[in-house]
Amino acid sequence: MAEMRYNVPNDQWPVHPEKATLEGRNKFVGFWTFLAGETVLFASLFATYLALKDQVPSQDHLVAAELYHLELAFVMTMFLLTSSLTSVFAVYHMRNNNFGKMQLWLGITVLLGAGFLALEIYEFVEYVSIGHTFRSSAFGSAFYFLIGTHGFHVIVGLIWITLLIIRNANRGLSVYTAAKVNTASLYWHFIDVVWVFIFTIVYLLGVL
Amino acid sequence: MAQVKGKKAGFGAVLWDYLTTVDHKKIAILYLIAGGFFFALGGIEAMLIRAQLAIPNNDFLSAGLFNEVITMHGTTMIFLAAMPLLFAFMNAVVPLQIGARDVAFPFLNSLGVWLFIFGGIFLNLSWFLGGAPDAGWTSYASLSIASPGHGIDFYAVGLQIAGAGTLISGINFATTIITMRAPGMTYMRMPLFTWTTLVAAILIVFAFPPLTIGVFLMIFDRMFGSNFFIVEAGGNTIIWEHLFWIFGHPEVYILILPAFGMFSEIFSVFSRKRLFGYSAMVFATVLIGFFGFMVWAHHMFTVGLGPTANAIFALATMAIAVPTGIKIFNWIATIWGGSIEFTTPMLYALAFIPSFVMGGVTGIMQAAAPADYQYHDSYFIVAHFHYVIVGGVVFALLAGLHFYWPIMTGTMLSEKLGKLEMVIFFIGFHCTFLIQHWLGLWGMPRRVFTYLDGQGYNAANMISSIGAALMAVAVIILLINIIKTLVKNEKVGRDPWGDGRTLEWSLPIPAPYYNFAQTPLIRGIDVLALEKEEGDGTIPSAGPVEPIHMPNNSFIPFMISLGLFIAGFGALYFASGKPWAIDAVADLPVRPWALYVLIAGLAITFISMGVRSWKDDLGYYITKEELEADLRELEARERGAN
Repeated sequence: MAEMRYNVPNDQWPVHPEKATLEGRNKFVGFWTFLAGETVLFASLFATYLALKDQVPSQDHLVAAELYHLELAFVMTMFLLTSSLTSVFAVYHMRNNNFGKMQLWLGITVLLGAGFLALEIYEFVEYVSIGHTFRSSAFGSAFYFLIGTHGFHVIVGLIWITLLIIRNANRGLSVYTAAKVNTASLYWHFIDVVWVFIFTIVYLLGVL
Repeated sequence: MAQVKGKKAGFGAVLWDYLTTVDHKKIAILYLIAGGFFFALGGIEAMLIRAQLAIPNNDFLSAGLFNEVITMHGTTMIFLAAMPLLFAFMNAVVPLQIGARDVAFPFLNSLGVWLFIFGGIFLNLSWFLGGAPDAGWTSYASLSIASPGHGIDFYAVGLQIAGAGTLISGINFATTIITMRAPGMTYMRMPLFTWTTLVAAILIVFAFPPLTIGVFLMIFDRMFGSNFFIVEAGGNTIIWEHLFWIFGHPEVYILILPAFGMFSEIFSVFSRKRLFGYSAMVFATVLIGFFGFMVWAHHMFTVGLGPTANAIFALATMAIAVPTGIKIFNWIATIWGGSIEFTTPMLYALAFIPSFVMGGVTGIMQAAAPADYQYHDSYFIVAHFHYVIVGGVVFALLAGLHFYWPIMTGTMLSEKLGKLEMVIFFIGFHCTFLIQHWLGLWGMPRRVFTYLDGQGYNAANMISSIGAALMAVAVIILLINIIKTLVKNEKVGRDPWGDGRTLEWSLPIPAPYYNFAQTPLIRGIDVLALEKEEGDGTIPSAGPVEPIHMPNNSFIPFMISLGLFIAGFGALYFASGKPWAIDAVADLPVRPWALYVLIAGLAITFISMGVRSWKDDLGYYITKEELEADLRELEARERGAN
């Protein structure tokens, strides 16, 4: 009985499948509420970072202007912004009940996100090799905590979307799976928005 | 998915049911039991404090143990007693008040309660594992970074786990109230307790993340070698104070707003009148919630933020008195001309008004920044916040316990014992804390473990300790009352107070596990009172009897919480004896297993989350036939009772 409610025939596919059920609507409102809390979480992180920026124990420690490279940050930004766009495509195809294309665009989103993550790991390894570590200074702690929390969100998002792609492979699209995909996509956009602030407040302000 | 109904279930079955339940009414019971346990624990700690301070130069507790006891008293009472007990009433009442079958996220509701329980246990295990936290409930970084041993680590990890549960519950209640209201239950028809729960839930969503970050900074500094608060490495301890109070001030509104909501219900029911100035009450609630985020630095007037910052925060703080004043006058106007019934909840509500106003007035005194330099860190502050927290929140919890007891258990607490308890608690409360205003003005600092003879503090401290003992007597009377009532087990019917005005009193007691067989139709504010006046007191239905979709029980929330609990020990012992660790833990023996425990715990949590995401959880349906059979049975039972 439950099965029948979730698997809608093609010609009755709703305009907003993610909000077609009460559970779906709850998920939608609840997840936006969660993102409101996440916003304050990152606001606290940004405040901590700004308070501790360039706060190092002695003059021989590296500070922001000597560390950051806008080129790398720019490439990372492109990866992440593009991945946000591809997740929009995925949701677009979800609303058109096109399961194959939705899966495809979700896959591309994961690849772009993984590219971003690889560049971030490369950046961290570089910084650590020249002595800017989590434990080297208060500035280091604040930097890695802010960027690392964002990076952790990216990892969670990648695992989440990958799991969804695999689990939905056999199940196909229903209003039940649509709500799951839409929630993951909201999360992915949020990660992207936070990165825009990181690019501005950390990297751009750091080199100016 | 047969529910255990009618027949007696074995202990194992009941235990498993409660471990996996997603029913808001059972989760309310879990919150009530766990919160009540921690309330008793925090109360015992309070008795220890007052025993130590009863006479000068006392050595009942050592200085170090005293610090641990005051820290655990504050932390336990705020995070593990007051908030969970409020959640107990929110869970028991709010879905019924808005005509919902359950909360928006039954699974998350269960996760919230288990995170809180595991966090609370983790924090209190510190007593047995090398000493409790001792830097005060505010745990200022300059103290906590220097605190030797693992006490502070238990505080940080325990609060992180319990705090995650609170955040989840906040999201859940905000969503529930936004999306799950029955047809006709518009925002401006919601009972005040639902309104205050909504605002408190939104405050939780915005206030807990700063605490999460602050506690993470503490965890990283103490357990993973970072330098956020290590001044020699460029750190800054004031960051903790800001983050803590950006959370901490809204937190007191998270506590007091639902208390206001409960009192609004109680005043209205036992004055047999509509709440006076309903829309002004709603407006004032929202305004208090909004202002709550703009006043945190009034806890930091003496830090040295400068006269401009102090002036702004002083003014914002005083502004909160306006909406609070509106509420006080509305309550008085509700009682005015009402047909008053002096039940136990009503007595608490009546006692609350003068008690809370006294706490509010001393709050305004402290809001004047220059004067606060005099009050700061003295017993005046202790008196003030106990007047608002005990005179406001604890009175509300005790009133709510008597008021909503029938809804939660189907029985009625003894009114005779209840009134006795109320009178003793009221006298004990004022006896304990009124004199502390003067103690503070006479110069006694807070958080000192003893004082010298001949400073004029002796009599006042003794009076205060006697008052504390009276409050303990009142709580013991309450416990006796609870045990007697549960043993007698005399079931009550619908609307046991006889004057219920809102939707939750329209339901049979105990409410069926699906709450409403048919979705109710809400025709106005105080819907039950309305239907009593205009008809026979039955709530009209918004539709026919239809199959009801119900969520499945799940053991996953318990596993997610257990994983974090295990990971907590790994994190806690990770820095022990490591060369990079802070001085406080650098001398302790190395625990090579810590890293593996941390990874194993996190793995349990994340795998459980993955399983949750992977599995289809489609719930089940209660058929129309089952519902109709239930309705017939209920009708026969109620006819038999009459």
